[in-house]
Parts: sequence; structure tokens; C-alpha cells
Amino acid sequence: MSAQQHARPAPVGGSMFTATTLVCGILMAITATIIVVRLFFGLSSTTNVNDGYSWGIWVVVDVFIGSALACGGFCMALLVYVFNKGKYHPLVRPALLGSLFGYTFAGAAITFDLGRWWNFWHIFWPGYFNVNSVMFEVAACITLYIIVMWIEFSPVFLEKLGLRDARRKLEKSLFFFIALGCVLPMMHQASLGTMLVVMGDQVHPLWQTPIQPLIYLLSAIMLGYGVILFESCVAASAYRRQIELSLLNPMAKVMLGIIALFLVVRFTDVAVRGALPEAFRASHIALTFWVENLCLVATFLLIGTVEARRNPARLFLAGITVMLSGILLRLNGFLIAFDTGPGWSYFPSVPELLVTIGIFAAEVFGYIYITRRFPVLPREETHAQPAHS
Amino acid sequence: MNTPVRKARAVPDGRRRFLKGCLGTVGAAVAAATASDRAAARETYQRPADALGLLYDATLCIGCKACVAACKRANDNPPEFSTTDKLWDTPLDTSGYTFNIIKMYRSGTMATKDDEENGYAFMKTSCMHCADPSCVSACPVTAMTKDATTGIVAYDPEACVGCRYCVVACPFGIPKYQYDSPTGQIGKCELCRHRYKDGHYSACAEVCPTGATLYGRTSDLLVEAKRRLALKPGSVTTYPRGNLSGGPDQSYEGKVGNYKQHVYGETEYGGTQVLKLSAVDFEKVGMPYLPPKSSASTSETIQHTLYGGLLMPFAVLGALTYVAKRNVHHEDDEAPPAEPPGREES
Ligand code: SF4
Ligand code: SF4
Ligand code: SF4
Repeated sequence: MSAQQHARPAPVGGSMFTATTLVCGILMAITATIIVVRLFFGLSSTTNVNDGYSWGIWVVVDVFIGSALACGGFCMALLVYVFNKGKYHPLVRPALLGSLFGYTFAGAAITFDLGRWWNFWHIFWPGYFNVNSVMFEVAACITLYIIVMWIEFSPVFLEKLGLRDARRKLEKSLFFFIALGCVLPMMHQASLGTMLVVMGDQVHPLWQTPIQPLIYLLSAIMLGYGVILFESCVAASAYRRQIELSLLNPMAKVMLGIIALFLVVRFTDVAVRGALPEAFRASHIALTFWVENLCLVATFLLIGTVEARRNPARLFLAGITVMLSGILLRLNGFLIAFDTGPGWSYFPSVPELLVTIGIFAAEVFGYIYITRRFPVLPREETHAQPAHS
Repeated sequence: MNTPVRKARAVPDGRRRFLKGCLGTVGAAVAAATASDRAAARETYQRPADALGLLYDATLCIGCKACVAACKRANDNPPEFSTTDKLWDTPLDTSGYTFNIIKMYRSGTMATKDDEENGYAFMKTSCMHCADPSCVSACPVTAMTKDATTGIVAYDPEACVGCRYCVVACPFGIPKYQYDSPTGQIGKCELCRHRYKDGHYSACAEVCPTGATLYGRTSDLLVEAKRRLALKPGSVTTYPRGNLSGGPDQSYEGKVGNYKQHVYGETEYGGTQVLKLSAVDFEKVGMPYLPPKSSASTSETIQHTLYGGLLMPFAVLGALTYVAKRNVHHEDDEAPPAEPPGREES
């Protein structure tokens, strides 16, 4: 097979008992314990959320940031199926897997944060749900997307189970789920930005704008590509595989295009609304605004040239700067630059942090399990057999 | 069986399809957006004609906190302690168990009441019953509702999922959650709507000895507020107490305060049903500046433009389904056709 051909996906194989999976297991057990305490004794027993900052990291990090970091799947699907860039095909499954776990665990995480979680079904029940609510749009859309992603990913399981007929039938209609799997995340990732709008002046002017949906959508797309850069490099080094440079290089270029567009939109908006002077005050708000946006400028310095994009270390770092910027955009809007009035402050408690870490660990664990047991990652060309290292 | 991949065979063709894909999707989105745009723009709501509310006149308030105690009783709320001896109900702010509180403004020597410099003043904190409430717009499950006739913003714990979007959204920080309970609810003033059937009205207004908190139809309260603003500071006038729009006359004569010429709540976010008068700058006593256009209307305009009738999502979905159907190839055990060599674009 030449390197230009699609490498067929294959299970990586190997043992599930490694230092990494052990650590993940312990972190998951701690998380489960904390969640039980929270369910019996209320939110204040484990978290520091309060009426000034009613949304802590379980919402902002686990759901808002977690789901944005899980946009790799739909970003790759956009490239491959919509813009017909078939060569990226080997990146689709691993990216989709990352998204699947990111979203599924984000969805699970939000239920522990809901104060009256047993009523959760109201969000989908006519007579209860409120179509004017941005939260309704986000919640309904994310739930639907999680289901769609499991359907999109199910050929992998059917393949493993040898159910070829079922798989073939499913694949006949897969194009529809793929399209749906692109529209849904675009909708709710945009709406995650719109969630800030109703909060009015409580959100600092550098982050309060009616074009929030566009900013969050662009940010989610560039995050998607940034995360794929990051994940590909990490997976390659963890499994001692080759980095798919011939794919990552042009993909990174697409990402730079989106980042450029994002920066133009972001700064035009801030300038048009007259909020630019706010960015030049000596305050931590201005500082975090610049860190957020200079991270993106740094991406151009890191991988601006074709030559630089052939360097795995630079691609890896670029993935990190993009992720940092996207994380900060959301942290800033919902926590750092959110001000309900004097007297309120928030910093996550240790159990709160442990749960967030534990959910991340669960994602890593799931990713390792599926890639080792199911055909997700492209078959390694240099080995005749799947690697057992 | 292997359904062949519909693949871009040559660079110009590939580029053309790429562009077509982009243009088709964007075109569908824009067409749908402009179609839904006309119907979508949502004006800021105004108060219903018979809206009920309160008028709080800070210059009349003596800080006795009778209203705080009455509110506790009317809503069956437990005491909250901020002192070590725990003898009295001493909440420092509204909470999931305290829906009304009197806060104090202090400056310098605190010598005179209602002076911005070296003075002190009071301010009531409770739900404003907004004409266009952020909490109602935010709530995903219609647990926060605004009554079409009375305009009272009510809360239904049976519907609530406890997401606390209302807590985050309200510009006055009014809805509060009970974090210490596994079955915590949102707590907020509902204008004592549960007391109406017994012929009662807002407990805070019922007990207020000076009429600083006055209950009534907001339209009547607004007329009364404007009457006070037009009076000469220091002159004597009649102040009603209790229920302005009905009930026995409990009025008395008192001195006119040195009002700021602003009825807080007349236009803020489209207006509120609880109105306030103060001699100290409103922002200084914790009432934020709010434009006449509500944030709920901005938020809902965006939502309806993007998702009204699901027009735009379906347009984009249609376009994407079309291109995806052409581009998705069915994988099977055979290796799919190879890409023509030498196509690394960078
Ligand atoms: S003051 Fe807050 S809680 Fe009360 S109606 Fe307005 S937005 Fe809702
Ligand atoms: S906490 Fe309850 S009332 Fe408030 S927005 Fe969420 S569901 Fe609605
Ligand atoms: S109207 Fe009733 S619930 Fe509202 S502040 Fe007054 S006493 Fe409390």
C-alpha cells in the first residue's frame, strides 16, 4: 500500500492494564464518590458555587469547554464529507471517537450539577420546554447530537461484531446522520455563545455582544482542528505510531484560515461596539483578553509556513495554543469577566476539581479502551501485525 | 461490494466542488436567515395594563425590617443567622430562604439619612417583576412564568430542573438556589400571590409602618411616584400606606424627601412592576443601570433569527445532506480507490 492510500482502521490491541488506565480508574472512583456525596447532601457539600457564581467549573469547564474541545469529530466530517476532502478519511474515526466521549461525558456531567435532576426530562417534554430559552436549544441539541454520534460511530462496533449486513444497511442512511452530525454541533456551539447575551451587562463588554453565536461557532471549529492536532500527536507518541503529517499539515492550514477569520470578526466587533479602550486598561480583565487572543496570533508564528507545519513539535504546540485560547474565551465570558455585583467570588473546591479531572480521566480511559479493542486508528503500515507494545 | 467513492479526480474539479459545497451551504443559511429575520425581531415587552407591583420609597424607609420578618413568615422560610449567638434571623442578603431584605448604604460619618456624602440610606432588595424578565426567557422548562394579567413572575418547583440559568441571568441577582439541600429549589419573591385568595396582598407592604413599601397596580404606583417627584423637597404631603389600589385609607402626612428625579423601574429593561424612589444615586444603592431594551429581547431575537421555525437548520441540513450523500462512500473490506498521487496541498 502506498502512503497515499487510506490506511484501513484496525484495533491497536495490547493490554488494558497500564499505568495510565490505572490512574484513570482511581480518578474515576474518586469522582463517583464525590458525586454520591453531592447527590445526598446538596451542591454546597462538594462545590463552591454560590448565588453570585451559580455556574462553576462543572458547567463552564465540563460542559461548555468540554463540548467545544470535542468538536474534532464534526470538523473532520465537514472536511471529508461536505467539502469532499477524502484524503482526510483516516482522521475521521479517531476524531469522532474523541467527540463521542467528550460529549457523552459532558452530558453525564451536567446532570450532577442540575439541582433538580429528576426533572431533566422536562427539557424534552412539550408543555414544559421553552423555545425562547437558549438553554433549551443547547440542551436539546446536545442530547440529540450525542445520539447521532453513537449512530455515526456504530459501524465500528458492527464491524467488530461481524454484523456486516446490519452495517451495510446502516451505511446506506449514514450520509443523513453525518449531515445531522454537522448541523447539530454548529447549532449548539453557536448557542453556547448566545447564552451570555441574556446576562446583559453582568458580562464584561469585551465578551458581551449580539454576534456571540458567530464567535463561538468559529471558535468551536478552530478548536476542533486544534484538538485533532493535539490528539494525533499524543496518540502517536503514546502508541509509538507515526504522525500523519501529510494530513495534519494541510489541515493545519485550514485551521489557520478559520483563526484568521475569527480574529477579524472578534476585533471588528470589539471595535465597532466601542469596547476597544477596555482592552487597554491596566486590569486583569484586559490581560486575560490579550492572552486569549495572542494565543491565536502565536499559532501563526508557530505553524505559519509549510516548512513549520512539517514539524510535529510545532503542530503539537499550535494545537495547545488554539486550545488555550478557546478555553479562555469561555472561562472569560462565563466566569472571569462575569460580575454579578460586589461581594461575590468563586474558586472551585478540591472535590469540584477532582470531578472535572475524573471526567477527563473517564474520557481518556474510554478512548484507550475503544482504540485498543475496536478498529478506529489507521492500521500501522510499518508493522505487519497490530502493535502490541 | 464496494460502492465507489465519488472523489475529486483532478485539482480544478475538486476545488470547484469545494467551493460549491461552501457556497451552497452558506447560500441556504443566508436565504433562510433573511426569510426568518422579518418575523424574528422581538420587541421588548411592556407591562400588562393591570400589572401589580410595589412602590418602594427609600426616603420613607426607617430600616425597621418589619417587611423582612413579614416576608419570612408569609413564605414559611426558616431563619438565617449571621451572628454567633444565633438569636435573630439575620440574613445578609437574599437567598434561597430569604426573598426580601433591606440593605444599607453608608458613607463617611453616616450623620444624616438620605445624604450621599456622610450619610446613610436604605434599599429594598426583592424581585422587581420585570416587564420582560430575563429569568423567564432563560428558563428552559417554563418553571419561571409571567402572568399575562397580573404580570407576576412566578416560580414552579415541580417544573424546575435546577439549572440555575435564572440565577445567572437576572440583572438584579434575585433568583437564589438552596445549595445545602439535595432537593434544593429556587427561592424568590412571587409578590405573595399565594395570599390573595384570603384577601391579603404583599406581606411586606401590609406591615410597612411608613408606607415606604406600598402595594398596588403598577400604573397607579407610577402616578404616585411621579406625584412625589414633582413635590418640593421639605414640603408636607400625604403618604398612603398598605394597598394603594384598594383597601382602607391609612394615609398620613409627612415631609417630602430630596428625590433623585428618576423612577427606577419605569423604563429599565422595558420597565419593572416594582418601582423605586431614592435620594441617593441608584447605582450607589445597588440598582444597576439598565437600558430600555431588555437583554431577553436581544437574546430571543438572535434565537428566533437563527432557529425560528427551524428554517435555517433545515436549510443547512438539506444542503449538507445533499453534499454528504454524494461524498460519503461505503467502506468495505476492500481498500477504497487510491488518491491520485502528489496531491498534498499545503
Ligand atoms: S428581578 Fe430577576 S427574578 Fe425578578 S422578574 Fe426580573 S429577572 Fe426575574
Ligand atoms: S433553575 Fe429552575 S427556574 Fe431557574 S432557569 Fe433553571 S429550570 Fe428554570
Ligand atoms: S411581596 Fe411577599 S414575597 Fe415579595 S418581598 Fe414582599 S413579602 Fe416578600
